[in-house]
Amino acid sequence: MSQLSDPVAFFEDSGIAQAIRESDTLFPFIESVHVVAICLVVGSILALDLRLLGLASVERPVGRLANAVLPVTWSAFAIAATSGFLLFISNATKYLANGYFDAKIILICAAGLNMIVFHAIGAKDMPQWEKQAQPPLPARLAGALSILLWIAVVACGRWIGFTMQVL
Amino acid sequence: MEALLTGFSKWLAATSLSHIIQSVTWIIPTLQTIHILCVAIAFSSAVMVDLRIFRLFERDEPLSDVARRFLPPIWPVLVILLITGSLLIIGEPRRSLLNTTFYLKMALLIVAILLTATLQRTALASPGLFDDRSRRLSGQLLATLSILVWCGILFAGRWIAYTQAG
Repeated sequence: MSQLSDPVAFFEDSGIAQAIRESDTLFPFIESVHVVAICLVVGSILALDLRLLGLASVERPVGRLANAVLPVTWSAFAIAATSGFLLFISNATKYLANGYFDAKIILICAAGLNMIVFHAIGAKDMPQWEKQAQPPLPARLAGALSILLWIAVVACGRWIGFTMQVL
Repeated sequence: MEALLTGFSKWLAATSLSHIIQSVTWIIPTLQTIHILCVAIAFSSAVMVDLRIFRLFERDEPLSDVARRFLPPIWPVLVILLITGSLLIIGEPRRSLLNTTFYLKMALLIVAILLTATLQRTALASPGLFDDRSRRLSGQLLATLSILVWCGILFAGRWIAYTQAG
């Protein structure tokens, strides 16, 4: 436990964390950047998930759409993770004690795992089906799971705001 | 004007619908979650078309095809946004109706709607729009404005929580 809480204390006591905690505008500003980035992550990945489900962009090969969408998703994710980390360290101990925060982190990891599994297994024979309007079942499952996980991530994010007693 | 809005907010807060939204604890976070998810769809759709104008997204497809796939879904999503947004106002009228940030958000929303509608109409009518060099700059200006206005809406939306009347 001390191994985990020491780095947490290190970040929470840092000058940056203190500045975010004590400023009236820094937290809302970083939070707004976080919301913009999260929206772009969720909205862009949704375009790909709906394609995997055969519900949108069906005339576009899956690989081409993925090549267009994923750089947007990853850029936005980098900003979301950085801004999220800054928000987290401003009150790390309280966030870690918040069940919705822990659930959100686990769900993001699950969304990443879903992506890795799909790339490793479901996307192996992609050249054979990527032009079909309706991709095979594993691809459709990956798309559906991704949508559900990201909805849950956003819901947890919103619920953190209602269950954290920071101020 | 402010007295009128204060009176209206009081009346709204006293309605039975407002009472339900206020007293059932999961309703507001659920409405906000749906609202943010819809914002994500509308915002990302607009941004992807803007990125296409900058030739940073789906360069191998004409702008008209990208616009045809991403812009029309914004309108039904906007209806859900108006419904969830209205319910959130009914639940906590003073939070937004007596808040300058809320009106800034609505003003930016009108600009975003006009920009998006104009872009959709012109892009679908002329496939090679903004491709020739003389028009490229005006396209990039439009795309920059669109991204800025949408970011402004999201910022203002988050800031409503921090500027609400006590």
